[in-house]
Amino acid sequence: MLIFHLGPLAASVFSLLAIVALVLSFVMLGSHWLKNHVYSFAAESWVIAFLSAAVGYYSHYEELYFIAILTALFRGTLLPYLVLRLVDRLGIEREFTPLLKPASSMVIGAFLVIFAYGVAEALGSRLDLTTGIAVLALTCMFSLVLIGFLLMVLRSEAISHILGLLVIENGIFLGSQILVPGMPLLLELVILFDLLVIVMTFGILVRYLKVHAGVTSSRALQKLVG
Amino acid sequence: MRCRNWLVEMISLIAILWVTPTAAIILILLLNRPRIAEYLNLISAIIAFGAAVTLLLIAPARSLVLGGGYLVLAPLGNWVELCVALVYLLASLYAVGYMRLLRKEQPRLPLFYALMAGFALTMLVAPLMNNPGLYWIVIDLTTIVSAFLVGFEREPESVEAAWKYIVIVSAGLSLALLGIVIFYWGGTLHLGPVYAMTWGNLTASAPMMPKSLLLLAFLLVLVGFGTKVGLAPMHTWLPDAHSEGPAPVSAMLSAALLNTAMLGIVRFLGVLQAGGVGLLGRTALVVLGALSLFLAAFFIIRQTGAKRLMAYSSVEHMGIVALGFGFGGVLGVAGAMYHMLNHSLAKSHMFFGSGNMVRAYGSKDMGAMRSILSFYPISGSLWLLGAVAITGAPPFGLFLSEITIMRGGLQGPNAWAVWLMGLLLILIFIAFLNHFRAMAFGDEPESGAEPTLKLSLWNTLPLGLTLAAVLLLGFWWPSALWRFFATAAHRGLP
Repeated sequence: MLIFHLGPLAASVFSLLAIVALVLSFVMLGSHWLKNHVYSFAAESWVIAFLSAAVGYYSHYEELYFIAILTALFRGTLLPYLVLRLVDRLGIEREFTPLLKPASSMVIGAFLVIFAYGVAEALGSRLDLTTGIAVLALTCMFSLVLIGFLLMVLRSEAISHILGLLVIENGIFLGSQILVPGMPLLLELVILFDLLVIVMTFGILVRYLKVHAGVTSSRALQKLVG
Repeated sequence: MRCRNWLVEMISLIAILWVTPTAAIILILLLNRPRIAEYLNLISAIIAFGAAVTLLLIAPARSLVLGGGYLVLAPLGNWVELCVALVYLLASLYAVGYMRLLRKEQPRLPLFYALMAGFALTMLVAPLMNNPGLYWIVIDLTTIVSAFLVGFEREPESVEAAWKYIVIVSAGLSLALLGIVIFYWGGTLHLGPVYAMTWGNLTASAPMMPKSLLLLAFLLVLVGFGTKVGLAPMHTWLPDAHSEGPAPVSAMLSAALLNTAMLGIVRFLGVLQAGGVGLLGRTALVVLGALSLFLAAFFIIRQTGAKRLMAYSSVEHMGIVALGFGFGGVLGVAGAMYHMLNHSLAKSHMFFGSGNMVRAYGSKDMGAMRSILSFYPISGSLWLLGAVAITGAPPFGLFLSEITIMRGGLQGPNAWAVWLMGLLLILIFIAFLNHFRAMAFGDEPESGAEPTLKLSLWNTLPLGLTLAAVLLLGFWWPSALWRFFATAAHRGLP
């Protein structure tokens, strides 16, 4: 059940934006160059910002425009800038020890999307969701979360882990924009701020890793076992 | 009029709890002197502990929402608050002696104490949050602050541990956020699109939420906060992070932080209970608890590192607390809450003891720690007694709480877990004390490897205090505490 009535145009705009965000996560799965990841993450954040604005326009929650601007500024510009600067400082251009080739990881990603759709569909039928957009939002949310985890599992570079986490957060944010646009403003602001702090912490720790442990790949971090 | 005074009292107590560590951080950073920093932190801990005790004593038995709907005073929350303040006090006391032993870190000590007070502050804020989303964010902040404490010594191992800690826990917590969003979405079906996200509102709308939605959301929250609590199989970061930080930090991580995260799981369990699917949620918690005990038992058997042994023991004890809340009922909840306090005391004790030994023998490896009783008669024997306490042997408090949890479990539908728990506790008892037998009564250390460090009163006094407290709680379970636990169990946990 959605919380406001949607016209056909609004529904297709929402669907389009949500699916573009999902496709952008496949760009990340399909490339091993870290800069490509950052750019597609930035693009995904801008898409989500447009989605926020669109939801704000159709549902008349004015504060969502504010959220959209902040999303574009923080998630779409500042976070990618910070991560890019980190990539440059560490001098790591690409992922060297991925578990799978891009093609195979994209196939796994596709299966995850199907699984997410299964869960969303099952949940939708229990809830008697009449509009397809809620199921689609759930699918995109679960898919992005799963793909984020997949990125973290398959890649071993520290920066890939940061990006995987950011994809997960983007997925949750995308879903919550459509499903619960009325979520308290305070909470969304604090989550944005929290994300910024996390990325800066990650940045500091990665540089410690480089200086004190000499490596930034999780496959090389094997000192602590058992 | 009287009622208003009373509310003002509560608010000012909470303000004292939060302002004291904040003031300590600012002063420590401004003055930037190691010796002043350690005493400032200690004073802040003493005041915070006093405030937490008073809060517990004067707070009402039912939960009370204040501060414009953002704060909640509930029995379980106040109890966790007390455990956090207690461990903060003990760790600050111990840190004075321990951090002086780290010669090369002396200039950075003000930073350490500022971070420590900050870590305590986040843990003191979290239990009183009435908004699950804000609670989540504060828990996330505890991770960030404590990651710097874990990596404080800048050794390759500690930086690696800090990195693994923050990556795994942040990823896990994002699942908890997903669960919270779904809970909120479930509430919109009944309460309308915009409503305040509070524990009370979620509980009130739970009966109207579809059961599958409730379960999905709860499982996500369980896995998310379960990562932070260190429930198996999401515990993998815990032994690294808890063993690589300085000893006072390990104590705060193990004895205080895990309880703070467990609170979130229990509160969402309360929401689930209101929605009529409490049993399924409790069973999920019981399964994770039993799995944690099982995994911890096997890693304890083959452990070589002293601090890693304590870390796996934390996985074990969080498993026991999870079992207690999972069994539910007055006995289960009372046992779990009592166990939180007992574990806070005993685990601080064990980490303080291992910190002393690690410094003395210059190694984290238990193979290097030999004849602890003859080299360190006081510290060594207190540590040995602590090992007896933490494995749940009488006459210490942990024995009482574990027995109570088991009694609670036998009354419920998950009685199988009680038998498993008993068996694994015996196994852990044997394995744990076998390590200590080797350290206390095993071979002499090789000549030239004898420890020369002299431990001061600062190093041993916290050990004596914690052991005395655990012993006291083993002989005397105050009846007022029983009544308090019973109200917490009856009135619904949130």
